[in-house]
Amino acid sequence: MTNRRKFLASLGSGFGMVALQHLLAQDGYSAVGNPMAPKAPQFPGKAKRVIFLFMEGAPSQMDLFDPKPALQQWHGKSLPPSLTKDLKLAFIKPTATILGSPRTFQKYGPQGMDISDLLPHTASIAGDLCFVRSMHSDQFNHHPGQLKLFTGHNQVGRPAMGSWVTYGLGSESQNLPGFVVLSSGSGTSGGSDNFSSGFLPTTYAGTPFRSTGDPILYLQNPEGIDAAKQRARLDALRDLNEMRQTATGDEEISSRIHSYELAFRMQSSSPELLDFSAESQATKDMYGIGQEATNAYGTNCLLARRMIERGVRFVMLMHGSWDHHSSINTGLPKQCKTTDQPAAALIRDLKQRGLLEDTLVVWGGEFGRTPMSEFRRPEDASNAGRDHNPNGYTMWMTGGGIKTGQVIGKTDDFSLNILEDKVDINDLQATMLHLLGFDHTKLTYRFMGREFRLTDVHGHVVEKMIT
Amino acid sequence: MGADYSQVEPIFQAKCYACHGPGKQTSGFRLDDAEAARAGGYGGKAIVPGKSAESELWLRVSGKSGHMAMPMGSKGLPAEEAARIAAWINAGAEFPTTLKATAKRTQPRHWAYQSFTKPSGNIDGFVSSRLAKENLKLSPEADRATLLRRLSFDLIGLPPAPDEVRAFVADRSPDAYAKQVDRLLASPHFGEKWARHWLDQARYADSDGYEKDWARPWAWRWREWVINAINRDMPFDQFTREQIAGDLLANATTEQRVATGFHRNTLTNREGGIDNQQFRFENIADRASTVGSVWLGLTMGCAQCHDHKYDPIQQKDFYSMYAFFDNAEEEDIEAPLPSEKDVRGAEYTAKRETLIAEYKVRDLQPDWEKNMLQTSAEPGKRTDWDLAWDCLLKLTEGGDGERIMRKPVTKRTQRDKLVLETHFVRNYHFAIGQPAYKKLKFDELDKKLRALDEEYPPLSQAYTIAEEPTPKQSHLRVRGDYKTLGIPVEPGAPSFLPPLAKHDGQATRSDLANWLVAPENPLVSRVAVNRIWQELFGAGLVKTSEDFGVMGSRPSHPELLNWLAVEFIESGWSRKAILRKIVLSATYRQSSNARPELNELDPENRLLARQSRLRLPAEAIRDAALRVAGLLDTKIGGPSVKPPQPDGVTALGYSSGTKWQVSPGTERYRRGVYIHYQRTTPYPLLSNFDAPRSTVTSCRRTRSNTPLQALNLLNDPVFMEAAEHLGKRAKTIDEAFELALLRKPTAAERARLERFVAENNTTLMASVLLNLDEFITRE
Repeated sequence: MTNRRKFLASLGSGFGMVALQHLLAQDGYSAVGNPMAPKAPQFPGKAKRVIFLFMEGAPSQMDLFDPKPALQQWHGKSLPPSLTKDLKLAFIKPTATILGSPRTFQKYGPQGMDISDLLPHTASIAGDLCFVRSMHSDQFNHHPGQLKLFTGHNQVGRPAMGSWVTYGLGSESQNLPGFVVLSSGSGTSGGSDNFSSGFLPTTYAGTPFRSTGDPILYLQNPEGIDAAKQRARLDALRDLNEMRQTATGDEEISSRIHSYELAFRMQSSSPELLDFSAESQATKDMYGIGQEATNAYGTNCLLARRMIERGVRFVMLMHGSWDHHSSINTGLPKQCKTTDQPAAALIRDLKQRGLLEDTLVVWGGEFGRTPMSEFRRPEDASNAGRDHNPNGYTMWMTGGGIKTGQVIGKTDDFSLNILEDKVDINDLQATMLHLLGFDHTKLTYRFMGREFRLTDVHGHVVEKMIT
Repeated sequence: MGADYSQVEPIFQAKCYACHGPGKQTSGFRLDDAEAARAGGYGGKAIVPGKSAESELWLRVSGKSGHMAMPMGSKGLPAEEAARIAAWINAGAEFPTTLKATAKRTQPRHWAYQSFTKPSGNIDGFVSSRLAKENLKLSPEADRATLLRRLSFDLIGLPPAPDEVRAFVADRSPDAYAKQVDRLLASPHFGEKWARHWLDQARYADSDGYEKDWARPWAWRWREWVINAINRDMPFDQFTREQIAGDLLANATTEQRVATGFHRNTLTNREGGIDNQQFRFENIADRASTVGSVWLGLTMGCAQCHDHKYDPIQQKDFYSMYAFFDNAEEEDIEAPLPSEKDVRGAEYTAKRETLIAEYKVRDLQPDWEKNMLQTSAEPGKRTDWDLAWDCLLKLTEGGDGERIMRKPVTKRTQRDKLVLETHFVRNYHFAIGQPAYKKLKFDELDKKLRALDEEYPPLSQAYTIAEEPTPKQSHLRVRGDYKTLGIPVEPGAPSFLPPLAKHDGQATRSDLANWLVAPENPLVSRVAVNRIWQELFGAGLVKTSEDFGVMGSRPSHPELLNWLAVEFIESGWSRKAILRKIVLSATYRQSSNARPELNELDPENRLLARQSRLRLPAEAIRDAALRVAGLLDTKIGGPSVKPPQPDGVTALGYSSGTKWQVSPGTERYRRGVYIHYQRTTPYPLLSNFDAPRSTVTSCRRTRSNTPLQALNLLNDPVFMEAAEHLGKRAKTIDEAFELALLRKPTAAERARLERFVAENNTTLMASVLLNLDEFITRE
């Protein structure tokens, strides 16, 4: 029996998971069930997994994707009062003056999509992307905005998108957590709320992969304990736990044994995951690994690809901060330089490996920025920045059933409000779940007397976005 | 087209009455009663006679309202019907005088809302007679070692020491077990264990919860109150009165005011762009729904935006509860512990005054205040001062900056002055820019003032709420949107529960507290005993201990629940007395071993034919490891502690609010209940082992089983350190085994460990013991 279990455990992810579950079930494991076992969606989805490139702090859409020549003409003037009547902004007053954008735009891709000079690499894959210029949030502060983006609701306590997805689909990986979080740059306002399982069991919480120290907390063996000793500990644990199971008859103990074995597999497989030596130099160069500006983000992008190759269901890359209240004309180019090349490399790499077809990739922040300027130091003109604007901003997506080579939505001459095809955050979430094979109104969890869902009580699938 | 009522009545009956008629009055609106129909719904009047275009009724049925078209789920009525309604409204919207609803509202039949009496019987009787129906009997009593380990974890959250187990095993007196129960109930660790359960419900944490997630250095002061109250076995009715309305009690003591800190565990967002009114609303709404959950076991929060979908909780009921808290403001107070002495005498004041004078603070502050007030009156003129004003609203520590600034200087208390002056010194740069600020050397002054405060620490502070002198008119918020005021509401109890007795004028929080613990309240005592039961058996008699409503589960043993509830009240609401009764029962003392015959019949153990094996809560796992290693620092009470944690845990959060400075000395070995809870980046063990996120109330922890837990126990230095000490404490395998698990190993277990030690070492062997399922389980 024990040998059989060892044999099964050693099979790892190469073995068909369904078959593995079946065999484990024969051994009595399914009596308590592995909550992360792969599950079929409600209907066949076009995407099987998700990479979310979260640009924390809110990138400025009119300096990157949504050119507005009117800004130059209005530079230094206030918006027409008709536009500012009921406007409530985070820091500045609605009468603040317009800040023209110094960026130059060109058209890229077969459909001629506007992309600014700050994103040459993104421009080179424009045809593979779907831009939504009419994203909308109802939150204009970071923490509530991030909660809205990731949990569907502006207050804390609800499960994150990645938790909902792993709750619905389980994970294909036997060696890695199903929902992984990578971060670079500064921390995020949302902190761990952005990947918390909320009221869902902790099993579905995102596991942060750290850039310093242990990639996963406590992944390294304690000092002086090598792999053989660790294995010896696990063998003794398993044997003693089995004895206790016989004594008490509690089947939950086999589930505990299972968790320890998975922990051990995580330990033994993560060095391989983190080891880029099998990647070609061309690949590493493409991601900008080894270059100062792009190394951190490039490493995370490449890790993301390697993770989904190994069956991870949801990878979230958090990168901060795009919160350019001040000095946007120096801060924004810097962030672009850090992220543009790696993000484009990731898409290109996924595509050439045939992974893009069923991997949904989403790029964007919790809201956008204002056409009006913010001056924290009025005496210094180069100090100009932009405030938060949730009423119309740009995100892009690709892969897994996304109709690419198109721009959805339109904002007004100032990129302040949406004119066409408003896509609310909850609509984006509904669409993402749809692509994964779920009716967003039916992926629910009962808590405090109510069926909860990612899209709260809103959300419509955006048909234009999908193939 | 005619325009009298007979033209519209058939439409109302066929299309509207289902939700706005005799049975149901969704959003407070009904059309089967002339008076009520004229009065309107939660949002106000729905019919403006003579003006259909201004009548929400017509706007809704014609699909022209900005809100949901009616009937629900349609795009409006057929044009012809909508036109008939418009014509009727335009002609004056006359109702026949005879249109009067007979029954106002039917009382709900749901079990939990009914009054109840004490059935005759006892715990074991109720459980056994239910089991007898399935031809089952209770399991035999657990062996003494298991029993004492269980009892000890359940009452004080710690394992017993081996000699305590040995003494109990050897004690042949008939009351041997009862003596152990009484010993543990009297232990000061009892308060720590049972406080933790209350802290979960109160969403207690040591930080703000949003964005900057500032630490709350005095949050512990309320926790201290809870631990003390539970240790003293403060009756639950008094425990309720002091937390709901301690500030309103006659001659309220400092401790009674500290008790209201229950309501200060709401989250705070200090982001610049936040509308303070929005967060005030959200906090009060959270207070209302938390009281609904904690005391009433109701999902009141569901009625914040609309009438409850399943339970008879109307949106108006939610805002009646909200109104109790609408009139309370947050107030930080001095709350010294009995042992504390005020060290801030004349010396401190003199030193501070010298510094303030040296840096010419008083020359600049009045002008700053003038400018600030001017900016608030004319926003948008000076962007730097706008930011400075915003920072006053968000970043003032220890008080409400805006309120203080708007008070005439002569009306300000000493505390007010200190709070505002400190804010000024720290934040003046927002107004004048860093270069000018540095020229004034205010950064240097700030450092000196901080150093002075460290030299002369303030008395302990507490976060409380306090009633405003003039009652405020509360309003229902349409669709839960804080900006959309609906009808005015008065503080009151949910309409389907017994009425609330008030003294005169508006009902107060005191009246609410008294109503909660009044004998006729059908929920509070049952909700409370059910949660106590849950902590002792792994599940409540009502499994959904957070929801006694229509969608909640039914009690497995209704009579037992009622019996316990009345017993609780009759014992003078004594937590210790009811716990004593339960743990003395044979039902509690049963073995937790599985019984094959129950696998199909009762896989969830609802019938209680055995005890349950339960994985320990996060804090108890660490406490137990430190305890068996001989490392646990058992000091009770005081500020929160920061044990070591891996670098970078707090880096996922934002800003400097999340710096983690490890506590000195043995503080790192304090019990888990004292670990500083940083909401955006919690101590990893707590998250890994299902401690609640402390953002909303939680009365029932999940027990997950994940590989991250395994990594935590295998590799976290804290557990390796404990293993090392455990290994050193024990001379033999048997001794180590007994220290950890309080029993002797079986021959097979011993043999396996001997084999392991031969190949490894005792530290590793001890670490195996600390990782055993049995070690982290109370059996």
